[in-house]
Amino acid sequence: MFNNVLFMEKIKITIDNKQVEVSKGTTIYHAAKANGIDIPTLCYLKLDHLNIENRPGGCRVCVVQIEGRKNLAPSCSTLCADGMVVYTNKVRVLNARKTVLELILSDHPKECLVCSSSGQCDLQKLSQKMGIREIHAVENAEMSTYRKDYSPALRRDMDKCIMCRRCETICNDVQTVGALSAVNRGFMSVVAPAFEQDLVDSPCTFCGQCVAVCPTGALTPFDDTAKVIRALADPTKTVIVQTAPAVRAALGEEFGLEPGTLVTGKMVSALRTMGFDKVFDTDFAADLTIMEEGTELLNRISKFLNGDKDVKLPILTSCCPAWVNFFEENYPTMLDVPSTARSPQQMFGSIAKNYFAELLGIKREDLVVISVMPCLAKKYECQREEFSTNGNPDVDYSISTRELASLIRFANIDFNSLSEEDFDRPLGESTGAAVIFGATGGVIEAAVRTAYELYTGKKLTKVDFKELRGLEGIRTATLDFNGTPIHIGIAHQLGNARKLLDGIRSGMYNFHAIEIMACPGGCIGGAGQPLHHGDSSIIQARFDAIYREDASKTIRKSHENPYIIKLYEDYLGHPMSEKAHHLLHTKYFEKNKN
Amino acid sequence: MTAFKLQECHKKTIEDICNSYNNDPGDLIKILHKCQTAFGYLPEDVQRVVAKILNISVAKVYGVVTFYSFFTMTPKGKHAISVCMGTACYVRGAEKVLDEFKEQLKIKVGGVTPDGKFSLDCLRCVGACGLAPVVLIGDKVYGRLEAYQVKEILDSYED
Repeated sequence: MFNNVLFMEKIKITIDNKQVEVSKGTTIYHAAKANGIDIPTLCYLKLDHLNIENRPGGCRVCVVQIEGRKNLAPSCSTLCADGMVVYTNKVRVLNARKTVLELILSDHPKECLVCSSSGQCDLQKLSQKMGIREIHAVENAEMSTYRKDYSPALRRDMDKCIMCRRCETICNDVQTVGALSAVNRGFMSVVAPAFEQDLVDSPCTFCGQCVAVCPTGALTPFDDTAKVIRALADPTKTVIVQTAPAVRAALGEEFGLEPGTLVTGKMVSALRTMGFDKVFDTDFAADLTIMEEGTELLNRISKFLNGDKDVKLPILTSCCPAWVNFFEENYPTMLDVPSTARSPQQMFGSIAKNYFAELLGIKREDLVVISVMPCLAKKYECQREEFSTNGNPDVDYSISTRELASLIRFANIDFNSLSEEDFDRPLGESTGAAVIFGATGGVIEAAVRTAYELYTGKKLTKVDFKELRGLEGIRTATLDFNGTPIHIGIAHQLGNARKLLDGIRSGMYNFHAIEIMACPGGCIGGAGQPLHHGDSSIIQARFDAIYREDASKTIRKSHENPYIIKLYEDYLGHPMSEKAHHLLHTKYFEKNKN
Repeated sequence: MTAFKLQECHKKTIEDICNSYNNDPGDLIKILHKCQTAFGYLPEDVQRVVAKILNISVAKVYGVVTFYSFFTMTPKGKHAISVCMGTACYVRGAEKVLDEFKEQLKIKVGGVTPDGKFSLDCLRCVGACGLAPVVLIGDKVYGRLEAYQVKEILDSYED
């Protein structure tokens, strides 16, 4: 990487008549940025703390003029040299940028008014900034057109692709999924799966991180809001909603609040105003997940310590649906390693459609379960066949944080002036352990809080396991369970998960339990969240907010949630009981599509 | 044309080719070149096997195959005809020769005759400009070609 400074040697350059000092190895783009000049770009992307960088030098929007050099230089991939004199805003530079932009727009659909990315689109914003007021059309000029591809989670409209190749970098280098690649050449070049097949037939995991970085409307989430509106308008249906932990830490951004503002109470209030019969919390199901997954972990560890050679360790978490898709595709021989516990979304759906429908005395078909998720893969997950009974899914529709925001706007609700309200009971009560499911390391920390007490029979004096927290891609820690060392591994982003798993296979690592999340920072960086536009400090702010919410809770251990205790007493019996197994566990299938 | 069915022996061929390049993804283009020579074209299944052996994504292999016009995913005829459309050949009447091939074979550029005997393509300069216009059929080079000779040449290919 250019900007990993090899030597701390300093050099002097002049940018827009201002002399500045930078470390050798800095690009002009970063030197300018460090000095308050934000050079526009459509392809370059860097997420500082997450080791994500896309620099194809392809869009040519970031060009600058360098004294003594004939042509303009792309600032994102040109290194500063001592004594260099750079101009970022000469008329020649600005005109070149404008021309580049006009050329991109000449082969771009003009449907901004109805495009789902309108208002969020980097191309649109830059056109505004550059004052583009007409697009010179050549008569009868050809436009590149491609077949639209709809998957349950995301939608590809490659007519809007500008070949920035951010999605390709994310899919291959960061996530190592390998579903997307630039194909064909010249005018017909496009980013697509192999053989230009549909995403559902490719190794795509629906993590949606390509959507999260797409600067235009080429890659967008599949929109399920119309179905939610239809369900709410149907008087014969009882419509309930569950909200994932990460949503409350990001939804406020859609309404102009500072990143990291917790809007739990306002969100509940908005959902109630919109007409949901009950506003519940996925966090309740997260506590339930800990009961099941934690028990499974303890069972496996006890068997292992008692000398059972067949026991599968490490146990892998199974909350993240993109991760589930990833191992079904890439590790078909390891399908018996992950925990069989369903994800919190699906546990909630199962309990709602069975236990809660029974409590209300209605048929499962008359209960509509909506989930609000930071995630696009959840849209795919809730459509998996194993999560439905007689064709009726446990979770009917999953909408993203951004879709919830657009529903709130559609319903003409003034979000910021809403009062704070509390979730409904019984499926709305949760602990601090459930909240931290939203951040990388949170699931395993929640599991440890419960597993420690169940294993040792002792009360935890300190529930904060700071050694499990952080944003590094791969983290390891060893915890002391009353004399028994428990080795924990944590990875977020699928490329890091692959490294960790390959490390286990080669004997480099030895763990009892591993938590894996597909998205950067865990669910807080999910593809359904408000777009970060390349600013990773937003993810850090959400991360901090999640742990603040945890710290503010009176109960912070899942097994102490009174409604969870009651659910086991009244309905499930005990963790891993036959009923629990039937309702709360699942199995995995080999995919291997390529 | 029946779809290509990958047999174990084909897998072996691909493995051997990849092996001869130490299964290095950096040699993908050379490997694909050899595979195309072996199979005549690069059907989906061949690309899948190459990707698996080199431990890269199929999308990436497909990206390379579709980028270079030399690679083809449609099978060529038994006798592959390439008409040079480079500058020298073009000014000396290559287009007329090409039109005659299209007329005689009743196929378009890039097409294959229904019996699989001939396929027709264009290329840019084979480096024999002195012989313009030039046509390649298989490995054989025909120079200073005129449209009236086309039928005779095609007839000389019996099977």
